[in-house]
Amino acid sequence: MTNLFHPYYITQEAEMTQPLDYNRRSRLKHVDQVFRSEIINVIPLTDMEKLFQLRILDEAERERFSFLPGQFVMVEVPGYGEIPISISSSPSHKGYIELCIRKAGVVTSILHKANRGAVVGLRGPFGTHFPIEKMRRNNILLIAGGLGLAPLRAPILNVIENRTDFKDVHILYGTRQSDMLLFSYQYEEWNRIADINLRVIVEQADPTWTGSVGLITDLLKEMRIEPMQTYAIICGPPVMFKFVCAHLQQEGIPMDRMFVSLERRMHCGMGKCCRCNIGSTYTCLSGPVFDYWTVMNLKEAI
Amino acid sequence: MLFKILSKEEFRNFIDFLLKDTEVIAPKQINVNADGKAIYQFLPVQNFEEIRLDYETTDYSAKTYFLPYKEDLSSCSFLGTIWDREIKYRIQPRAIVGLHACDINALLKLDKVLAGDRFPSPYYISRRKNTFIVGIDHDPCEGGFCQSVGADVVTHGFDLYLTDLGDRYFAAINSNRGFNALQQVKTREPTARDNNDYLEVRRRIASQFKPLEVHNLPNLMDIEFESKVWKKWADKCMSCGSCAMVCPTCYCYGVEERITMNNAKSAKIKQLYSCQFLDFATVAGGLNFRPDRETRLKYRYYHQHRGFVEAYEEPLCVGCYRCGRVCLADINPPDIIQDLQTEYQE
Repeated sequence: MTNLFHPYYITQEAEMTQPLDYNRRSRLKHVDQVFRSEIINVIPLTDMEKLFQLRILDEAERERFSFLPGQFVMVEVPGYGEIPISISSSPSHKGYIELCIRKAGVVTSILHKANRGAVVGLRGPFGTHFPIEKMRRNNILLIAGGLGLAPLRAPILNVIENRTDFKDVHILYGTRQSDMLLFSYQYEEWNRIADINLRVIVEQADPTWTGSVGLITDLLKEMRIEPMQTYAIICGPPVMFKFVCAHLQQEGIPMDRMFVSLERRMHCGMGKCCRCNIGSTYTCLSGPVFDYWTVMNLKEAI
Repeated sequence: MLFKILSKEEFRNFIDFLLKDTEVIAPKQINVNADGKAIYQFLPVQNFEEIRLDYETTDYSAKTYFLPYKEDLSSCSFLGTIWDREIKYRIQPRAIVGLHACDINALLKLDKVLAGDRFPSPYYISRRKNTFIVGIDHDPCEGGFCQSVGADVVTHGFDLYLTDLGDRYFAAINSNRGFNALQQVKTREPTARDNNDYLEVRRRIASQFKPLEVHNLPNLMDIEFESKVWKKWADKCMSCGSCAMVCPTCYCYGVEERITMNNAKSAKIKQLYSCQFLDFATVAGGLNFRPDRETRLKYRYYHQHRGFVEAYEEPLCVGCYRCGRVCLADINPPDIIQDLQTEYQE
């Protein structure tokens, strides 16, 4: 080229333009970086869901990786595709992250075939988080329906690790059938050791089921709620959190004290591909965690 | 901004200079349509004669040189159980000559999304910074409503911007490399007469636009969210996505991965998408957040005239009317906006 154009080499950008932030959004070169991560363990949960423990191979990056409860990562299986998955492990847990993944499409199906030692790609973390720090000295309602327990497990573990900061903690969890219950091996621990009031309910009971039968709102009706001293986090299908939030609103909990996590299609996680757009809001940037007031103002959100 | 005057002959020399060792993209006539009207497209040119700076508009915008319809984001090579990734950014310099104000404004809007503080896109920035842009003033194109959305004037985002003064060009210089490039040919300082002629041309262009009321759209769209107008137009929509393909500002995309036949490599491929496609918002398990055409069409307008305004204080639409021209069902922004305004009045 002549002296007219000095080609601009993006790969020669300064290593970082700003201090490193938790999701590297200020590092131009690394915006699209995928961390190679090893599956260190696969824990079957139900017929459809497995819990994957992933460890970033690069030691320095592993050390640097941090996230907040409610955030998600993009998981890539080279040759198959990339999907957004919310993180299910505790943010204070260093070394590896846990992702609860349901077999639903091309990428998740191949992931379900993967064994220990397989290497996948990780990007992120992305999105907003549940403002646990704001919820201190309050009662906390953690409500999940179905697969909603996967994103809810990060705030649950976060609350358990800081149990003294909170007053009464309730976990309400509902699924369609009892064999769809996730993380059932941990209920005892949450209930007894962490002093959490855990209630599980299923819609259709099979003969072996001895617990409650009904909808998640049935559990709520039995509860006494102190509206101005309670925060609620609700994860589940839109139809479920719509009813739950309506009920909580009736009980007097202000809409900005209820938090939900929305699901949308995503191809980038960085506010570029538009696929997660709700009206004009990017779920990947302004969400996936929204307070209920914001959700009510997003047309087509639920 | 600095201004220079260069004769038409010198401009030809300037193009020759660019052509020497840079890829030059310019409007080229590629055919005539059924009505005998010329069809132009931004394509690589080999010599000055191919360039048609008098073009009215192009069917496709020039966005493909910044956001290719299909682009490899990265490739993976598999080595046993591990894999290695390679990312290549396009850095070859390129010049685009003859962009109209709307198309340069479109790039400025894309800059806000793709080259802003939040997750800047290295793919886009690499192409953008390595592209030399020469814009040109023109009389309004048929159907264009760029003035109403404030996209008929451009003050930055280019290297050179030309205004045709008959026998000479009035050139606005907006970058150091634009200044250096012009030094390759003979130019002179503008005189009072040049300035007068320039302002006269600007006035002539500005007076030819038909006004379209858009300033109240962000508010109107909220109020008319359930309007029948959307169904009326969506009933004609065939969800072909052409509007998004020709749009100079539509940037949405999908990513998929492909493996080579011998399983040795895979590619992560980005392909521009359209919010009018049926599966645009379908999530795992089959739930579709926008299953009907009405919702999809509405959200296209919602994003352009409300959402983008909320985020950046200006609409995403630049009023180039390409979507209206390409639509097989005659769905076009001015008519839809007019319908909304009429319903609002009633």
